[in-house]
Amino acid sequence: MTVALSGEEIASQIEEHFPGSIAESSQQSLVVDKEFLLVAATYLKTTPGLDFDYLTSITAVDYYDYFEVIYQLTSLQHNHSLVVKTRYYGRDNPTLPSVVGLWQGADFQEREIYDLMGVSFEGHPNLKRIFLWEGFKGHPLRKDYL
Amino acid sequence: MEIGDVYSSRQLDEAEGEAIELFKAHCQQPILDPDEWLEEELKRNILLTSVDAMLNWSRRSSVWPVNFGLACCAFEMIATAASRFDISRFGMEIFRASPRQADLMIVAGTLTWKMAPQLRRIYDQMPEPKWVLAMGACAISGGTFAQSYSVVPGVNRIVPVDVYVPGCPPRPEALLYGIRMLHHKISKMSIATEGK
Repeated sequence: MTVALSGEEIASQIEEHFPGSIAESSQQSLVVDKEFLLVAATYLKTTPGLDFDYLTSITAVDYYDYFEVIYQLTSLQHNHSLVVKTRYYGRDNPTLPSVVGLWQGADFQEREIYDLMGVSFEGHPNLKRIFLWEGFKGHPLRKDYL
Repeated sequence: MEIGDVYSSRQLDEAEGEAIELFKAHCQQPILDPDEWLEEELKRNILLTSVDAMLNWSRRSSVWPVNFGLACCAFEMIATAASRFDISRFGMEIFRASPRQADLMIVAGTLTWKMAPQLRRIYDQMPEPKWVLAMGACAISGGTFAQSYSVVPGVNRIVPVDVYVPGCPPRPEALLYGIRMLHHKISKMSIATEGK
């Protein structure tokens, strides 16, 4: 079975390499500062022993004060997994870096989050609506929609 | 490789979005159900009655449905077509992949506004006479998603519906009953009043 790695342990590893990058961590997950998302993701993908070569899914949650985007990573090589989160505080034009450059599978899922939650991903090669049509007003999965 | 080679163009998406908005604006009222001939018994021309009987018998004996499974109702429709329930008993076993060869559209499932123009297009491509059966709560009224931002609240906004089969999803027996109702309805058609 896939082993879920401890968020705290991985967080301390990342913190060691990139001081100030971890906002929060627990047994289940870790929260990376959005400025450090790309370097932390690159670290998780390329470090021998971690090798998170597969992005299982991305999803987003609207917590009113902030938007949280959750990345579920898996290493097919070592058969272990990790949950990484990042936050954008505020409601106006939330923007996070795109991870399409690291995991191609992020393409459609980031578009889905953009479509339904209104979070923009900087560096995405084709950021446009995926389920709803162009010209649709608003982002329906936001808590303040309707 | 250029991005343009992989992804569709923005202009195309915007044109599609505009078409959907326009379509949606034109589809805010339900279309009346086509049942005017059911009340026209007295107006019938006696001379045409036997012709009607012949024509309606042949029409209802092989109503070919068009493939239009949209959601979970499609599985009940497939079950209806398979050996246990077997709609080939009514000469309906051939689900056509082309609307040009179909008489009946079984709208089986949730219709979204993004899909709606395609449903109308397939309906328009079917040759007359044609009938529509709305299968399940979603097709009838939008069902659970009636208040949703993306779901059409009833396919009778898009196409005229002859028979409504309630259920979520309806069992194959219910669909068969609905189909028998449609046969009954077809048997009351008259070429004297057709197209009016």
